[in-house]
Amino acid sequence: MMIDYALIWAGLIAFAVLAYIILDGFDLGIGIMFPFIKKKEDKETAMNTIAPIWDGNETWLVLGGGGLFAVFPLAYAIILPALYMPIILMLLGLIFRGVAFEFHWRARKSQHLWDKGFAIGSLVAALCQGIALGALVQGITVENRAYAGGWWDWLTPFSITTGIALVVGYVLLGSTWLNMKTTGSLQKQSRGIAKIAGVATFGFIGLISLWMIFIEQQYLHRWFDAPNIYYLFVVPVLVFIVGVSLFITLKRKRDVSPFLLSISLFLLSYIGLAISLFPNLVPPSVSIWDAAAPDSSLKFLLVGSAFLLPIILAYTTYAYWVFRGKVKEGEAYH
Amino acid sequence: MEFLDPVLLARIQFAFTIAFHIVFPGLSIGLAAYLAVLEALWLKTNKKIYLTAFKYWLKIFSIIFGMGVVSGVVMSYQIGTNWSVFSDKTGPILGPLMGYEVLSAFFLEAGFLGVMLFGMDKVGKKLHFFATLMVSIGTLMSAFWILSVNSWMQTPTGYAYNEVGQFIAEDWFEVVFNPSFPYRLAHMVTAAFLSSAFLVGGVAAWHLLKERKEKGKNEVARLMFSMAMWMAAIVAPIQLFIGDLHGLNTLEHQPAKVAAMEGNYQTQKGAPLILFGIPNDEEERVDYAIEIPKMASFILTHDMDGELVGLDQFAKEERPNTKWVFYSFRLMVAIGMGMIAIGMFSLFLRWRKKLYDNRFLLKTAVWFAPSGVVATIAGWIVTEVGRQPYTVYGLLRTYDSHSPLDAPAVAASLAIFVVVYILVFGAGIVYTLRLMKVRPGDRGELSEEESKVPSSVTLSNRLPHESSDVKNNEEDKS
Repeated sequence: MMIDYALIWAGLIAFAVLAYIILDGFDLGIGIMFPFIKKKEDKETAMNTIAPIWDGNETWLVLGGGGLFAVFPLAYAIILPALYMPIILMLLGLIFRGVAFEFHWRARKSQHLWDKGFAIGSLVAALCQGIALGALVQGITVENRAYAGGWWDWLTPFSITTGIALVVGYVLLGSTWLNMKTTGSLQKQSRGIAKIAGVATFGFIGLISLWMIFIEQQYLHRWFDAPNIYYLFVVPVLVFIVGVSLFITLKRKRDVSPFLLSISLFLLSYIGLAISLFPNLVPPSVSIWDAAAPDSSLKFLLVGSAFLLPIILAYTTYAYWVFRGKVKEGEAYH
Repeated sequence: MEFLDPVLLARIQFAFTIAFHIVFPGLSIGLAAYLAVLEALWLKTNKKIYLTAFKYWLKIFSIIFGMGVVSGVVMSYQIGTNWSVFSDKTGPILGPLMGYEVLSAFFLEAGFLGVMLFGMDKVGKKLHFFATLMVSIGTLMSAFWILSVNSWMQTPTGYAYNEVGQFIAEDWFEVVFNPSFPYRLAHMVTAAFLSSAFLVGGVAAWHLLKERKEKGKNEVARLMFSMAMWMAAIVAPIQLFIGDLHGLNTLEHQPAKVAAMEGNYQTQKGAPLILFGIPNDEEERVDYAIEIPKMASFILTHDMDGELVGLDQFAKEERPNTKWVFYSFRLMVAIGMGMIAIGMFSLFLRWRKKLYDNRFLLKTAVWFAPSGVVATIAGWIVTEVGRQPYTVYGLLRTYDSHSPLDAPAVAASLAIFVVVYILVFGAGIVYTLRLMKVRPGDRGELSEEESKVPSSVTLSNRLPHESSDVKNNEEDKS
């Protein structure tokens, strides 16, 4: 029997990227809403809810990038030069965001600068990730196994829109996370932000879904040709149900459900995107199989991954379990 | 023209970002192991002094580790942005190795770091020690895979080509355990331990010097200094031995690099060891050379009249930049010799029971605090510049590895990186130094008192600022 290693790896990389979007999504979201949190104590509590776990969250991004290099080197070699500027800016944003967790506690006079760095870094990183996603969806010019487009191809009204959409979506994840992890004034404020971000996210999902089918014929056919339309309509219906549930649970002041429903909203959007793009890894022309490394590489890494990924998931869950429950004011090692 | 060469700019960018990066994981490897040892000693003996030292270095470690993570994320993407042809061609071989680094090391460090930094009150002593141990093992596994990648680029084995010109693996064992890998790994991990030991020793010595007049016996600083000096005495000589083996291995596989290290332009028997001089590429000789006759041949061939291949055996476009390799090598070796001397002197003073009282040793140790870091960067320049003009030695040229990029884009991103790195990591270094200025013991004892009160409200707000209140002189009087 032939095992389609490229397909398995596409699934695993897709999982890593999704894990990244959800996990780093909520901590970047907290960075973005940081300037709007009024009280200094609340700011520090918000930071402390993510300080022990952001590092692990970001590792999924390294796995996404490193995994792409490992199993789809051609896609890695095309996408990174094509999205040069947004990726460089994202990395710079992540630098400021990452050091802020430590520097905030060590700085004296310049503390407010690192807090700004935390907020702006998170915003830039999120915006650039969204732009990169939009630029990928709208297609990348490829000739002779290399990027053949221009310098500013990534910058379009569509990619800007996806950038803003992701920022808003991350704020939804971040605010529902804080709603789950905190109490008092911070929780109340987070719930308010979550409501606004929820409406906006919902609107952006609709807007981008419609926009996509005008960008590329393939996306239109994928969703609306028979027989696909009969079973794919489940996705938008589920998005609608999840969206409504999100508002109900926020209104009823539930702790955990809004966060889980926000994750579901991301999950459904991600599935929708995957349905549109499949089997291309670099639309419109490079498929999963074109970009895959030789089977010897795919097999070699798969053996270890089959063993290591469950362990990673186990201790990641454990790390989250250790820091479960509401975070109280002033709780940190500093 | 030269300035607008995108490949040169991309090389500068890579060199700049990795030179910053290499410092942090290097220190993380050593400090994580040091923290694991301190915590183990604390668990075993239940003596508070170990916990105090642990907490002191944990804070410094957390900053250094954080800077390592963010600069490392940059590295993992820069290979694709600036070196896309290299990525496409070597991805099937190097990608899985880096994939294993992420899966076996990066996640392990990141997953347990939170528990290590924040979890003492939540998980108990033994599980906390386990977390520290996992972080330490993670840093070592990371070194294993990254040095495997780097070594394969230096001495590629176990590969074949496929129909689109990519390297593919024929034998994974040969790829991972390529000929220079064991030497490079041993050399680098030892360097990491020495870098951390001299950092710890330097900080401890600074405090011992400062408190000399007060006749105070800072037991915590003494413990740190003593441990650091044991490390120097035992490991620095071992490093000399490993470095020698590594040199012999390089002579076998990359003779042009060794010729540049030695400043050996002409192939000759009984080559002299050039202690110092100025390499002159035009005239193909070393000007103002101070040399020991026949010594280079003796070291490298174990025969006074052994023949050493010179740079003249390689076409000019096949040679690395001699000056960079030559000077960096001398700097690294000089620091290594200094470390050995300090280690030996410390043994002598220890025997005379004067380890903590000798001003000369303490002062030297302060000066040597950053020596390991400097030596690591110098050694890295020797090995990487020495690999030029190839990215994969002998097989893929640097000028055939880069992305289809225009010079302005690379120049712009380089400029941003330089500004941001200096700003961010400069601040990080300032904060690290500030933590090091705090008297060992003062804050450690305090935070242990406080940590008995679970989730103390004042802890997070008070302690960071406390450091500024500690009375200490702004400058080292020595």
